Amino acid sequence: MLLSANHWISGLAETLAVNDLHFMLLLVAAWMTLGFAGFLRPHSIRFVARFLFPAGALLCLGVALLAGLFLASGQAPQAVVLPLGLPDLPFHIRLDVLSGFFLLLLGVAGAGISIFAAGYFRSGEGTAPALLGLEYHLFLASMAMVILADDAYLFMVAWETMALSSYFLVTSHHRIPEIRRAGFLYLIMAHVGAVCILLSFGVLQGGSWQFTFDAMRSAHFAPFWATTAFLLALLGFGAKAGLVPMHVWLPEAHPAAPSPVSAMMSGLMLKTAIYGMLRVSFDLLSIRFWQWGVLLLVLGLFSALFGAIFAAVQTDMKRLLAYSSIENVGLIFTGIGLSILFETSNMHLFAALALTAALVHSFNHALFKSLLFLTTGSVLHATKQRSLGKLGGLIRHMPWVASFALIGTLSIAGLPPLNGFVSEWLLLQSFLFTPQLPHAFLNMLIPLGAAVLALTVALSAYVMVKFYGVIFLGQPREPSLVHAHDANWLERLGLIWLAAGCVLIGALPQIVLSAVAPVTGKLLGNTVRSSSTFWSIAPIAQEQASYSGLILLAGILSVVAITFVCVRLLAHGRIRRTAAWDCGYPWQTCRMQDTAEGFGQPIRHMFGAFFRMERSLPSASDDAPRYRVYIEDRLWCGVYLPIARGVQGLADAIAVLQGGRLSIYLLYSFLTLLALLVFVL
Amino acid sequence: MRAISFVRQFVEVVLAIAIAPLFAGWIAQCRAWLQNRSAPPLLLPYRTLRKLFFKDVALATDASLLFRATPYVLFGTMVLAAAIIPSLVTDLPLARVADSIALVGLFATARVFLSLAAMDIGTAFGTLGARREMMVGFLAEPALLMVLFNAFLLYGSTSLPSLVDGYRTHPSIIDPSVIFAAVAFVMVALAENARIPIDNPSTHLELTMIHEAMLLEYSARHLALVEWASSLKLFNYACIGFALFMPWGIATQGLDGVGPLLIAIAALIGKLVIAGAALALIESLSAKLRIFRAPEYLAMAFLLAVLGLLVHLLLGA
Amino acid sequence: MHTSPLIAEVLRVLAAGLLLISFAMLSGRRTQQLIALFAWQGVMLFVSTCLVAYSSGLTEMYYSAALTLLLKVIALPWILNRLIKRLGAQWDSEQLVNVPTTMLAGLVLVIFAFGLAQPIASMATTITRHTLGIALAVILLAFLMMITRRKAVTQVIGFLAMENGLFLAATSATYGMPMVIELGIALDLLVGVFILGIFFFQIREQFDSLDLHNLESLKED
Repeated sequence: MLLSANHWISGLAETLAVNDLHFMLLLVAAWMTLGFAGFLRPHSIRFVARFLFPAGALLCLGVALLAGLFLASGQAPQAVVLPLGLPDLPFHIRLDVLSGFFLLLLGVAGAGISIFAAGYFRSGEGTAPALLGLEYHLFLASMAMVILADDAYLFMVAWETMALSSYFLVTSHHRIPEIRRAGFLYLIMAHVGAVCILLSFGVLQGGSWQFTFDAMRSAHFAPFWATTAFLLALLGFGAKAGLVPMHVWLPEAHPAAPSPVSAMMSGLMLKTAIYGMLRVSFDLLSIRFWQWGVLLLVLGLFSALFGAIFAAVQTDMKRLLAYSSIENVGLIFTGIGLSILFETSNMHLFAALALTAALVHSFNHALFKSLLFLTTGSVLHATKQRSLGKLGGLIRHMPWVASFALIGTLSIAGLPPLNGFVSEWLLLQSFLFTPQLPHAFLNMLIPLGAAVLALTVALSAYVMVKFYGVIFLGQPREPSLVHAHDANWLERLGLIWLAAGCVLIGALPQIVLSAVAPVTGKLLGNTVRSSSTFWSIAPIAQEQASYSGLILLAGILSVVAITFVCVRLLAHGRIRRTAAWDCGYPWQTCRMQDTAEGFGQPIRHMFGAFFRMERSLPSASDDAPRYRVYIEDRLWCGVYLPIARGVQGLADAIAVLQGGRLSIYLLYSFLTLLALLVFVL
Repeated sequence: MRAISFVRQFVEVVLAIAIAPLFAGWIAQCRAWLQNRSAPPLLLPYRTLRKLFFKDVALATDASLLFRATPYVLFGTMVLAAAIIPSLVTDLPLARVADSIALVGLFATARVFLSLAAMDIGTAFGTLGARREMMVGFLAEPALLMVLFNAFLLYGSTSLPSLVDGYRTHPSIIDPSVIFAAVAFVMVALAENARIPIDNPSTHLELTMIHEAMLLEYSARHLALVEWASSLKLFNYACIGFALFMPWGIATQGLDGVGPLLIAIAALIGKLVIAGAALALIESLSAKLRIFRAPEYLAMAFLLAVLGLLVHLLLGA
Repeated sequence: MHTSPLIAEVLRVLAAGLLLISFAMLSGRRTQQLIALFAWQGVMLFVSTCLVAYSSGLTEMYYSAALTLLLKVIALPWILNRLIKRLGAQWDSEQLVNVPTTMLAGLVLVIFAFGLAQPIASMATTITRHTLGIALAVILLAFLMMITRRKAVTQVIGFLAMENGLFLAATSATYGMPMVIELGIALDLLVGVFILGIFFFQIREQFDSLDLHNLESLKED
């Protein structure tokens, strides 16, 4: 059905002599126009929020539709050269299947976030509404340009625009010092990453001094230079994606930003880093080595475990979700690493399976992480509380938000029949084939990675039960929570869109698999079977493993319905409301249920080596006993603080040059002049 | 799909729902005999269920819709899992819907729903039980996955009907990796079904409860459904164990007709009798572990499964 | 030569059982339990040596099997049990690192040993050549057990378990060692255990405890 629609549109497009890429550029330009249009009425929040943001959401839908049609039609890549940019390096733009898939991701998730943002921004949040609209739409447009760029210059321009616009969005509430600090850290890490990416492009041009991607594709490298380019790209894109050990900005920047911005950063911006990694390693580099695969696999698994463990001990709901993003990015990099490992061992079908798992997980993560961040935004608006110790029982006062948060929670925990399980299942299936690798020790060590993967996914279920249970279930921990109000209709629309995406992809994963198939076909030359029948997927073979989300969902719902009807018919439906039983204890208060620290205590106990903990325990003779635990990241204290101190020391040493006296500065100029005379003449 | 396979599917589901409480009752009988007590009647679980269905539900004033819906969701997932696991025949229409990894995921869904319902009322015991149950769950998953990995290496599939068919063509009873995987599976099954040595199903001390603590607020038909779902979960684990390690009697591809079906039913009942007695024996011989010894126990199960994997890779059997 | 697939399967099961016992020794908490596990290792070695002797037809392997039974199943456990009863050290055997971490380290050592043994096994010609990797793993695990223990007696047991692994390696790769070497090793073991027993009494008199932590005070400061 999709194919016939595409035939109709392409017929129309041919008569107008434009192609998908031109439409796409038009939509990106429309975003930028929307951003600037906010200045027509700079301080009117109603104009910006109620009119411009929904228009932006419609443009997102347009982008998604175009990208989907392009993927379905399987056309050849389209390229265009814009008359902007440097005199001898104009902007090259290209739309191929890899960029098409990520544009589809951007459009689908961005639509939900923009509609939510339309209902969310009620006051200026510290910045003028027009500026907010400008930064937001510029952020969207620059992400699209990063995905569409076909030369290094445009890529870096768009990358920097993305970093700067997101910095301004993160520091929207710039009057609060912690938020400024978080934004500063974010900016530093973004620029460190950008420098690494720039250096990587510098290596990739391979001596031809042409910075277009086409030139890079045709260059040939010695193994040393290929590895250097790969490692620099890993450092740069890993810093943006939040891979351990470059993750330190994520838990600071995500809580500081307004919730739709956190959703965009976590759901969309991290995926542009994934896109960059895939573009460099699979498209621009023509050779790969198995050691790269092992490195990505180890880093990915470690990030995943690290993120899950830290998420379990957090007490701030947005920090918890930020660490969960680190975990999911680790899972995606694990899939990419497995794919490289299989491909360099000539097991191309399994490489396609691993890459499919990574790409499907990127798509799923964009959906459910955005959903969860947006629900925390609603909770924040309703209760003004961010700390888990002051929330609770919100399911009674915010039923809509609670239902969508439940769908998001079940998805991110990797539970069937929702979408998170599909990507986890595909990744586990690809691990099953690792004993067939030809390397001696790897075929025995890497299957243990499957155990780490299972541990991480189960741990994320633990974390999400904590998240949902402490916020929405139980008794309210603050008396003011009874006045919490539910989300308005625009916010609900955004949440419905994302939740429906989660359920739909869980039930019919063939949709995403058929979108991913052209990508793996182009990058690896092989694809998994996207669907053997309408209702199930069997990536390798029907006898080996198959999964049908639709029948699972339908089965559970039908059995539930039948049971309900039978019980009502054969027995009765009487209910008597009383106080909670609680084993007969009469003085139950809200403080007797688990706190966030309490729920994370088993993890703290078992994985204590990962943390740097400071605890102050009360003693038996205290008049006012207090218990305090403070958990910090070991990497921050062990790696970043010494580096910061070293840089500060170096800067202090160099600052000696700034003597302050005019004659010293004139002396510097004189000495330089003498040196130039000596060396040039 | 032929009509006969739908009939057999229906027979399997009905049999599972009907027999699961009987299985739990048989285990209780064996435990009583081993502990030199007089045993409760074998059909007591059915009488208990009937009694519970006709009582009035005593619901806490703060209970939300999630709390009231969870017993139905639990029962639904367990019945669906029973329909997917090939306990009698392998040629089921629903058999290819989920492979063993997806079945483990389905059990995880049930566990998460129960934990969320336990946190809903907001009592201390509910949240305690939820926390402990999720902890045991996440420690048991790597071990279970390694057992399934073992099965995959031996027979090349994670789909249970293919595993049963594969076992028929290459039976290898005294393969060390199969023995290790079987022991690891039994250990994980004990942990996941809240049996000794992880949890005592008949305890009354709330501070030592894991599974029971989550059920404290449920009453009447809700409690009946949750109890039925728990006994179905034990039945399902037993059937997965039979499919992986002792699939004798299951009617494989091509064996249609009433005869093989009756043989399969008889074989299943025989295997359940022996498994129930063995389970009661293990429970009577072990003591319940402290909660923070549970990671060591599950690490042991994980270790056994991984050793089975490595021994298989080394010995090349 | 009476090779049959049944004997090969039983030998594989016994080798796997030996590996399992090594892991159990790695995590065992009571010294008496460790000695019992060591005795069980001896039994499994005895049975497997007998089976190898039967299937390969070499009669001198029956002698080394008998020697194993005498020494490792009967004599050494009896001596060790008497020793720990007189020292009063039946119960405690603390570990330096906690149990799950030692298990994980043991797992990595097993993978290492298996990876090393695979090319060597392809060169051997015995029925049990595949168990060379397991033998190497048993040696390494026994060494790990010696490293991660605090009490002196458990280190002796680890040393003896290492010799078990060596014996298994010899049986699996080359159908046993020359009789002279076997008798020499057996004598060394007996004498070693006696001398170590005397040392333990001296240690206990000096420090009033068998914790090897106390030996650290014997360094120059």
